Amino acid sequence: MSATTKIVYRELDGHSPHFWRVLGGVALFVLAGLMSAFYMEHHGHHVTGMTNQVVWGMPHVFAVFLIVAASGALNIASIGSVFERGLYKPLARLSGLLALCLLAGGLTVLLLDLGRADRLIVAMTHYNFRSIFAWNVLLYSGFFGIVAAYLWTMMSRHGAPFYKPAAFAAFLWRLTLTTGTGSIFGFLVARDAYNAAIMAPMFIAMSFAYGKAIFMLIMVGVYTATGRPLGDVVVTRLQRLMGIVLAATLYFVLVQHLTNLYMEERRAVEAFILTGDTIHTFLFWVVQIGIGGIIPLVLLLHPRLGGSRSASVLASVLIIMGGLAQVYVIIIGGQTYPLTLFPGMEASSQFFDGVVNTYTPTLAEIVLGIGGMGIALALVLVACALLRFLPESLADEVIDPDHVAKIVDMADEAGNAEAAKA
Amino acid sequence: MSENHSSDLATDRAHAVDRAGSCGCSGDSGVSRRGFVAGAGTLVTMTLATGVVLIAPAQSKPVDEPASPDVRWGLLVDTSKCEAGCSACVDACREEQGWEGHGRPEQNPQWIRKVDLKETATGRTFSLPVMCQHCTHPPCVDVCPTGASFKRADGIVLVDRHICIGCRYCMMACPYKARSFVHEDIENQKPHMPRGKGCVEACTLCVHRIDAGGVPACVEKCGGAGTGAMLFGDLNDPNAEISKRIATYATTQIRPDLKLNPGVFYQGL
Repeated sequence: MSATTKIVYRELDGHSPHFWRVLGGVALFVLAGLMSAFYMEHHGHHVTGMTNQVVWGMPHVFAVFLIVAASGALNIASIGSVFERGLYKPLARLSGLLALCLLAGGLTVLLLDLGRADRLIVAMTHYNFRSIFAWNVLLYSGFFGIVAAYLWTMMSRHGAPFYKPAAFAAFLWRLTLTTGTGSIFGFLVARDAYNAAIMAPMFIAMSFAYGKAIFMLIMVGVYTATGRPLGDVVVTRLQRLMGIVLAATLYFVLVQHLTNLYMEERRAVEAFILTGDTIHTFLFWVVQIGIGGIIPLVLLLHPRLGGSRSASVLASVLIIMGGLAQVYVIIIGGQTYPLTLFPGMEASSQFFDGVVNTYTPTLAEIVLGIGGMGIALALVLVACALLRFLPESLADEVIDPDHVAKIVDMADEAGNAEAAKA
Repeated sequence: MSENHSSDLATDRAHAVDRAGSCGCSGDSGVSRRGFVAGAGTLVTMTLATGVVLIAPAQSKPVDEPASPDVRWGLLVDTSKCEAGCSACVDACREEQGWEGHGRPEQNPQWIRKVDLKETATGRTFSLPVMCQHCTHPPCVDVCPTGASFKRADGIVLVDRHICIGCRYCMMACPYKARSFVHEDIENQKPHMPRGKGCVEACTLCVHRIDAGGVPACVEKCGGAGTGAMLFGDLNDPNAEISKRIATYATTQIRPDLKLNPGVFYQGL
């Protein structure tokens, strides 16, 4: 980016009827989610599909998805600050904001799904420091503080001197946070589907993909709806980046399953997920790998689709669908597979020993999860209307007046051609 | 709630508030706390005055003393005596602790269950009870974010319903599927075992009975209406029958490979 270029940030027009219509629509989802939570709290969890066999249900799927996506959304800011890619710097404020809002949405769902959501104060004042869950509570709280400080260094003249340290702290913290989220499952020794160190790096790769997909949708949506210019440079860059992180996610999924297949004791659970006749096999192959993996990979990395807004948006939607399916298979699939209490024996009991457990989510659970997404979106909209998070323009000539992107691309192409000749 | 049980928790966890009230459950609504204490006081005075119960049972623990780390309570199940189809232990536990279901088997609490087993290689069949295994290294205690899952000094693993937030991570972590989540409001609770909607619960090894010098209800019933397959005792006491049996006969624990060292041993498995 040219040293003389100045990005101008401007609030969304919070007085326009269009803004209020969108916000009102989102608020309805939030309201529905809150009502679902009240319904579940009032009646107890027997109105959900959760049981004593499948103890975490749809709210956890949405919550984990949002929390993982939150840390990934922050990476766009980190690429600009930590990795010194100037083209991403104009996106950094929205990236940080989105990270905070997604985390808030995810944590709200997690909290409202507690058996005793009214004991929030207990969760905040009683810590068992051996618990990875307790570590996560601290990691989430720290994430809010550090990312808020990071935003302050970007948006305030007084904070500017602390920009770099804040950027590095935020980057390291987000890696730690997603390591913590993955380890919630990685540390579960008893369940064959989990209990693997690879869960942590896999969750980091997942976070890159989910976070960027949500970022792309929000960015294209807001800029299109408000008529602000959005150039091809930004879209193309994000498109490629999403393609790479999606490929990384698929790589980790491959390694996770290959590792499990190598271990005799894990083959049964792998067969259950990969070749079973339950919803999980369909979700894994069709939704996670096909719809949410291969198809968006083609849409994002095919040379002819470079810069295509519709391809990017479609790929983002598919990644989110695939991501929800992936988290569903991890969380629900891992629980429906029976615990092995007695290796080498067939077990049966009145408490569902030795059988594949069933789980049918109820509407209340799904609405609560969607309500969490609504909370994240509503917070983004309100914050963008109150403070200057969004550049007035993301047109190519504004964010890349020196055509750095084009020069880099040409150099890449030349390099590729040289390599091909050699 | 029994005075023994509430005092243990107050001592062990420095919680002096009423568990039933705090966990939002109704408890035994017919008797007020003040009335209960007054009644109990009168009873104690009368019995002391007559000298009837001046000698307490040998193993009972004074209510104002914490659990002793010198003791490790445990169970031994002789699978050769445990019969398929006999559910005396399950019935006794349900009756003692009051955890009857609401007609939804997958959501009903189940503190103890009978598991029927068939060895794949030989076709040999077994039947045995599975409950909280009261591990030395309980994963439920490790993962609990608030410390609500805790292990007493004498090895009994419990849930403090004051600070259980109902996150259910302990249920994810337990290798034995020994814990239940309370999915709905509960009525007609036992005074010694207040329970609450939205909290997790499991076998307490009948801690209220143990502290009063008794044995768990399942063991008692197994020896009466059942087949006498269960034995309760102090695993740390080499002279205890349970220790002698474990020292004499081949026993195992469920999933010993996990190195959790459960306090429940199985003979003939």
